[in-house]
Amino acid sequence: MLAETRPADPKKLIKGAIADWEVIIGMEIHAQVTSEAKLFSGASTEFGRPPNSNVSLVDAAMPGMLPVINGECVRQAVRTGIGLKAEIHDHSVFDRKNYFYPDLPQGYQISQYKSPIVGEGEVVLDMPEGQVKVGIERLHLEQDAGKSIHDQDPNNSFVDLNRSGVALMEIVSKPDIRSSEEARAYVTKLRTILRYLGTCDGDMEKGNLRADVNVSVRKPGEPFGTRCEIKNVNSIRFIGQAIEYEARRQIGILEDGGTIDQETRLFDPGRGETRSMRSKEEAHDYRYFPDPDLLPLDLPEGLVDELKKDLPELPDEKKARFQKEYGLSAYDADVLVAEKASADFFETVAKGRDGKLAANWVINELFGRLNKDGHGVEDSPVSAAQLGSLVDLIKDNTISGKIAKDVFEIVWTEGGDPKDIVEKRGLKQVTDTGAIEKAVDEIIAANADKAEQAKAKPGMLGWFVGQVMKSTGGKANPQAVSDMLKAKLGIE
Amino acid sequence: MSDLTNLTLAEARDGLKAKTFSAAEITEAHIAAVAESKPLNAYILETPDKAREMAKASDVRLAKGEGGPLEGIPLGIKDMFCTEGVRTTACSKILDDFTPTYESTVTSQLWRDGAVMLGKLNNDEFAMGSSNETSAFGNVINPWRARGSTENLVPGGSSGGSSSAVAARLCLGATGTDTGGSIRQPAAFTGIVGIKPTYGRCSRWGIVAFASSLDQAGPFARTVRDTAILMRSMSGHDPKDSTSVDMPVPDYEAAIGRSVKGLKIGVPKEYRVDGMPTEIEKLWQQGREWLKAAGAEIVEISLPHTKYALPAYYIVAPAEASSNLARYDGVRYGARVNGGDITGMYENTRGEGFGAEVKRRIMIGTYVLSAGYYDAYYVRAQKVRTLIKQDFDKVFASGVHAVLTPTTPSPAFAIGSKSKADPVEMYLNDIFTVTVNMAGLPGISVPAGSSPEGLPLGLQLIGRPFDEESLFALGQVIEDSAGVHPAPEKWW
Repeated sequence: MLAETRPADPKKLIKGAIADWEVIIGMEIHAQVTSEAKLFSGASTEFGRPPNSNVSLVDAAMPGMLPVINGECVRQAVRTGIGLKAEIHDHSVFDRKNYFYPDLPQGYQISQYKSPIVGEGEVVLDMPEGQVKVGIERLHLEQDAGKSIHDQDPNNSFVDLNRSGVALMEIVSKPDIRSSEEARAYVTKLRTILRYLGTCDGDMEKGNLRADVNVSVRKPGEPFGTRCEIKNVNSIRFIGQAIEYEARRQIGILEDGGTIDQETRLFDPGRGETRSMRSKEEAHDYRYFPDPDLLPLDLPEGLVDELKKDLPELPDEKKARFQKEYGLSAYDADVLVAEKASADFFETVAKGRDGKLAANWVINELFGRLNKDGHGVEDSPVSAAQLGSLVDLIKDNTISGKIAKDVFEIVWTEGGDPKDIVEKRGLKQVTDTGAIEKAVDEIIAANADKAEQAKAKPGMLGWFVGQVMKSTGGKANPQAVSDMLKAKLGIE
Repeated sequence: MSDLTNLTLAEARDGLKAKTFSAAEITEAHIAAVAESKPLNAYILETPDKAREMAKASDVRLAKGEGGPLEGIPLGIKDMFCTEGVRTTACSKILDDFTPTYESTVTSQLWRDGAVMLGKLNNDEFAMGSSNETSAFGNVINPWRARGSTENLVPGGSSGGSSSAVAARLCLGATGTDTGGSIRQPAAFTGIVGIKPTYGRCSRWGIVAFASSLDQAGPFARTVRDTAILMRSMSGHDPKDSTSVDMPVPDYEAAIGRSVKGLKIGVPKEYRVDGMPTEIEKLWQQGREWLKAAGAEIVEISLPHTKYALPAYYIVAPAEASSNLARYDGVRYGARVNGGDITGMYENTRGEGFGAEVKRRIMIGTYVLSAGYYDAYYVRAQKVRTLIKQDFDKVFASGVHAVLTPTTPSPAFAIGSKSKADPVEMYLNDIFTVTVNMAGLPGISVPAGSSPEGLPLGLQLIGRPFDEESLFALGQVIEDSAGVHPAPEKWW
């Protein structure tokens, strides 16, 4: 097992009062499948509709209703499996997981227990200390439940079945994760892959991606400890907090000579702690058995190959290509591929241009500004074409980087073609050596004492460049100014 | 009993086409017969207004020469079938006055073909029973009585309302469902014909589920031809039922009168059970002779796993039922009995809503699916099921076209005579019929004679998958030899 082949990293151990502890984490991610209709009914999956408006007779479990598999959900699961470099099972089986709850109309959830549609795969994390491989145990399809609403009436609870029967992919990792940072990176990476594939929108706020986190601790080299499962954590930040709290809680108990009870816990974001939900003894007996209303799922021949052919480039491949094709650093490439839309935006800007310069402008200027104004790259006020044109102006020395920032601001607020803006507003860089020389001479003349000192203190060059740039309204080519100053001041 | 209610379905069809009488007339005759039939308790809901309206529409179509294959034929519908706008309860208190907003596929096909609905027929609660004594609407009474006796007898079950109504001339035909013998056993007890088609031949959509992998709808009528006519309308692929089979529906009526010369009929030695009444043994012998006389070849066969069929059935069927009936929880429809909290509501609703036999089976089913028992019971029962299926596969592969057995080990028994005793005694009624459901095969029961007390007895023919046509051809030979069973003397 990969978990045991990975030696404990001393830097990742948690210091207890007595010993150092290794935290072992495995995750079950519930990802809502992007599809028009539910897993076994034709009802819509549209978010935000009034309660109980996306409910078919099947979803409400009316007498005599039968499930019929939605082929698109199956294709999405297979696509995801391929994206996770996982084994795709041509034959899988839907089982019933039986339990009573008001938001579970059938009294059972249709899931895949013994024979999931996708088997073992892998997700690669780029951590600062290097790559970490997290094994995928399995991926299976299952129905979501509805929602119980307890705060509308003092005596009654209400049930909204809009979600009931929506397709989920449960993606189960191996216990290969060793820190809260890795856990966050894992969910982030998985989310990125799903979004690239278009199989789940990854929207955690809407509950379209939820994590059950299994946490245990052990002294390095010892067998796995007893784990606790933290249910339904719905943000990446909370996942990190929950793990940190839970690991320390378990270490505290163990160092006090206690034992860990295997149980299900809930994370309370308000208090930043986990608390017990139910013990192993209270655990449900789900009485799984194959759903007799459904035939085993046998994938049509050729489906996997057909889906493989149409698979988009995934983040790992894209990152490698960006580094190779555009000469980007691993860090810049990572930032750009985190969202497919960002990567696409970058590529439009970079196509036929200086990739590094393009990356610099997309990451530092554009993303910085988007974050500040709460925009996404999808609704960026500056288009890739506009930014590309701006990069061109920098590259051919029409404007300096500093002027470019001003032009960027104008495009952001007023729109327009950067080339026209530079032209009309006279922002063109002064490359005329005569004009630059005149400005340089004036500054040296006005600061004769400093000019004298500069020969001995070459660091003063920056000050002189600044002065010349100021006097030219920023339009002088900084490189030309610098070169000329060096010559005139006698700096080597 | 008027002449119109005593016609066979085929005679009525021809008379309607020939305009010898109208749909309104034949419907009115049946409405009157139903109104007088209260002592039998076959109908739990009469729909005379709907029947008149449908008959009127039929007459309009007949006048234009546009009538469907069942135009103007009055039928009774087992209460397991959901009927749009007409209360459907599965004869359970838990469904209360549930009125579906949808029509089952099978009944909608009957109406499509012009049939007229007289009302809903009694059955054992959720089709669990062999005597129609578990119905929340009270037991149904068999129109047949032992010669010289006034003791009330059971009509068989679970489709006891259907068998009683067809035998008592309260409809020309009826729908039934058969999970372990619920069509064939009541047909045998009342001197009529009933066929359970191959699993997957009729859609289960809109039929209240008992045990999904065993349930199959089928018709009751007084002649083999009549059941063939009904079955053609009831059959066919339904995309809403994943277990329904996409195969063309043959003209079953065309198989009536087809020669059986050269057909190989297997007689399984394992069906010669201890304590089988001599009248049943004689009937079986008689059946062999009739078929032989018609040119069929009789061969002794072995179905070695027969003795395990009943115990395995009483694991598989309750297991599926325990899950299928979880939806009756008081949350969305049907009866609700409040409790202090949600668990209290579940307990009160299900405690008061379900009858004793249903509760028994839910408990058996829950037990056999429980952790630690699943492999010992459910998995083994499924293995037995495979072996039973293989027994038949081997026999059919050896050239056998159909298997001849008695339908039941005894004629109809007195009400109350078995229900108080060991439930297993009641379950033994299905000993000859459950194997057919376990193997998913078609089986027909045809009246073949009477017991010394004058009670009807039936013979069962079991066919190859989807070879109902051979069953109709062979059934017709038995009917021709035994004569159409006479009508019971009206005592109600």
